[in-house]
Amino acid sequence: MYRYIIRRLIAMPLLLLGIVSIAFLLTHFTKGDPLISIIGERQMDNPIVVAAARARWGLDRSLPEQYLIYIGNLLTGDFGTSLRTKQGVGVDLLQRLPATLELVVAAMLVGSLVGVTLGVVAAHYRDRAADHFARLFALFGSSVPVFWSGLILLFVFWYTLGILPGPGRLDTRTMAPPDVTGFYTLDSLMAGNLSVFAESVAHLILPACVLGWAVMGIISRQVRASMLDVLNQDYILAARAKGASEPRVLVNHALRNALIPTLTIVGFSFAYLITGAVLSEAIFRWPGMGSYAVDAARNLDYPAIMGVTIVGGTAFLLTNLVTDIAYAFVDPRIRFR
Amino acid sequence: MQSPDAPLLEIRGLEVTFAAARGRLEAIRGVDLEARSGETLGLVGESGCGKSVTMLAVMGLLPPSVQIRGSIRFRGMELAGRPQKELAKLRGASIGMIFQDPMTALNPVLTIGAQIAEAIRIHDATVSARVAAGRAVDMLKLVTIPYPERRALQYPHELSGGMRQRAMIAMAMANEPELLIADEPTTALDVTVQAQIIELLRRLQATHRMGLVLISHDLGIVAGSADRVAIMYAGRIVERGAVEDIFDRPRHPYTRGLLASLPKIDGQATRLTAIEGSPPSLTARPSGCAFHPRCRHAVELCAAQEPALRDIAGIDVACHRAELVADSVAAPSATAELPSRPNATA
Amino acid sequence: MAETASPRPTFVRPRWATAPVTAGAFLVLFWVGVALTVQWWPIDNPVAFVGTRLAPPSVTHWLGTDALGRDVVSRTLHGAQYSLPVALAVIVSAVAIGATLGAISGFLGGLADSAVMRLVDITLSFPAIMLAMAVTASLGPGLWHAAIAMIIVSWPNYARLMRAQVLAVKEREHVEAAVAAGASAPRTLIAHILPLCWSPILVNATMDFGQVVLLVASLSFIGLGASPPTPEWGQMISEGAQKFYQWWIAFGPGMAILSVALGFNFLGDGLRDILDPRTQ
Repeated sequence: MYRYIIRRLIAMPLLLLGIVSIAFLLTHFTKGDPLISIIGERQMDNPIVVAAARARWGLDRSLPEQYLIYIGNLLTGDFGTSLRTKQGVGVDLLQRLPATLELVVAAMLVGSLVGVTLGVVAAHYRDRAADHFARLFALFGSSVPVFWSGLILLFVFWYTLGILPGPGRLDTRTMAPPDVTGFYTLDSLMAGNLSVFAESVAHLILPACVLGWAVMGIISRQVRASMLDVLNQDYILAARAKGASEPRVLVNHALRNALIPTLTIVGFSFAYLITGAVLSEAIFRWPGMGSYAVDAARNLDYPAIMGVTIVGGTAFLLTNLVTDIAYAFVDPRIRFR
Repeated sequence: MQSPDAPLLEIRGLEVTFAAARGRLEAIRGVDLEARSGETLGLVGESGCGKSVTMLAVMGLLPPSVQIRGSIRFRGMELAGRPQKELAKLRGASIGMIFQDPMTALNPVLTIGAQIAEAIRIHDATVSARVAAGRAVDMLKLVTIPYPERRALQYPHELSGGMRQRAMIAMAMANEPELLIADEPTTALDVTVQAQIIELLRRLQATHRMGLVLISHDLGIVAGSADRVAIMYAGRIVERGAVEDIFDRPRHPYTRGLLASLPKIDGQATRLTAIEGSPPSLTARPSGCAFHPRCRHAVELCAAQEPALRDIAGIDVACHRAELVADSVAAPSATAELPSRPNATA
Repeated sequence: MAETASPRPTFVRPRWATAPVTAGAFLVLFWVGVALTVQWWPIDNPVAFVGTRLAPPSVTHWLGTDALGRDVVSRTLHGAQYSLPVALAVIVSAVAIGATLGAISGFLGGLADSAVMRLVDITLSFPAIMLAMAVTASLGPGLWHAAIAMIIVSWPNYARLMRAQVLAVKEREHVEAAVAAGASAPRTLIAHILPLCWSPILVNATMDFGQVVLLVASLSFIGLGASPPTPEWGQMISEGAQKFYQWWIAFGPGMAILSVALGFNFLGDGLRDILDPRTQ
């Protein structure tokens, strides 16, 4: 198993380098002049700004040297300065990270719990009504544009029915809890403020469900397929021959095996969640990296766009790595080799 | 050794029909069988003849879409038509079953010990995890696995084929069942290991006074360990009786064919005589006797009417021409080459 | 009318023509038809002011009007003329590039294979939308720049698929036979290996169609794709988001995207069932 993990770890830096290189290439080919991607078109006439950018990013040097400077800057956390907020992009992203993280974790929980349940139900009631319903529900989730479902569901549940709160992490007049983790749910609990906790959870429900709906699809599809595969195996028959009840067979035996390949899908679905966050944070006025990315895109804030891309790619790589390592631990056939 | 008067397992008129896209498939068409405590019943036939399906029907492990008719009595209690909940109480406790391929029949992500302990705790919820784990180790000792404490913590893929099969036997024996069904227990194993497993099963049967149903397509295995044997063909029993009688003087052409096709180690090297043709598929059964297209002795009656089992000198045979077959030259080498049966234990 | 002796042939529904597949085919055909013909339909001009602004759904305007007084239904239907052709161009190009690289990579192996696979891995390290955003921003906003970005994002998957297929088919006997009979490398690849590799690509491409339409709409939604007054679905939803209380503005284009994605998903599923049972 360790050999497997080490192999994966070794591949990481190369992929990271690849991500960064692509970002570098993109900045260089932005409308022909890399300077534009650093200071924006409007500042091109300002000689002081231009000179400062040239120095910081080594734009008067050869391409390979610029590449090295670029990587060097990244390693020190210098992602460039946002054209819009005038702050370092790195600083901006750090500020916005917890909000998105809280949303993505919540969405992952919702998506996987419901997704796994749907998958088990679909496999158990194969080809019957429950199976068709589960698959249809999941399919809708992957076909519907997340920014639209967010809108519609907000309209229905907040504006029309009034059972869920509106956009934002908290009600407009509520103060955020003291910042420890940046997760309003955890921070309010730690501060002992239960009403803020309840409020932050309530505000999480709709965005988490909307985002989670997208991944429910791929997770339930995988769980269903794995379950059907597993339920055909002899050890399921042997478990029944032991006198195991149907629930026990489904969970202890079937699901335990079916979840192993599902783990990979869970990691992969993280990409969907990032996508979803980018597209839906704006709708829910969620102050995370997603809405930051959208603002950056709308304003052609190139440093911010590149920064977000690098961070997004890195995050995705990391989750895949973690998933692969977890997979190695969970499957005893790999663990003891 | 005396068998008690009433058989442990009594199957009467069992019919099993599968509903498939192509139509209804009659897998089992009228099977009568008996298994007794302390006795081994061998169930022999080629793949697809229905021997596994018969035992799965006994255990109630066939899918719900399958139609079962007939009577299956265990200890006098009718099993056919019972709700799954009640059958589950018997499975793994009073009736145990082991399967052909221990690699696929053991859950790959649970330790051996955990799987055996589960068998115990399913049927007795009062047993604590630690006690169950201890009993699991005891079971591994019973099936003579060396270093049982260590093995109990290992996963199936870490054991050899023979050990896996022993572990599966341990799992099936965990609650000391009265009846053990062994579905091709040696087929997936090396020849040397096969003998060990059969020996283990016989020892367990003796010490626990179990009824044992041994399903196999390997006549050699059955000859060496069964007391009674039933030969199945195309979903029906075609010959049934004490093992010595049948192997000495087989009366059904199919049985004779099976015995003749056994390779003989001593004696002259002759061509293997195969039975011509192949077993019929479920959807295209011949009329009358299912074996008649492949039978040397077949006449018009055989194609017209399916023969019922009738008693001929102590053996039940389903053949219109049984007397003729019996009187034709018996294959003398068939008996000479059988592995000698050790005395039945008291 | 002549007397016919033969009975009318009974229509036997093939096994794969399940309800979802039929529904999918219907949806796809509908939207393709719209994309091809809507310019001749007797409906309102999608870019012209035709009624009161922000009017709710009524008999004359089934989905009401938007902020500039344009009929929502008409704009929705016309949107098909942007989303569908763009998606088609993206998929065809991505398949062409990806399948070619994947086939060469799988066939030749060695350095070429490693290089292509590295590129694939790196490209797939990004969540699609982020890379698409970055590329589109670099090129400058616009529908066709967004298309290029999506081609860049989509080709790796097809490369991987094709490579896997080629690797599997390469080992088959008829290929060995062809090589032994003296077929040149390109001929072996093209005539003997490739014909067997298409079905997973086809299935994936069909199902991808919906995802590409979604991605186009997403890029337009965040302002990097189509710009007003183009009646592109993502762009329309963006406008609809600004007019939250006038739900009908976003409803039309959203349903359009949903139905297109569903249609292609169902169709792809059905395609998979048709192509699967045949041994490759």
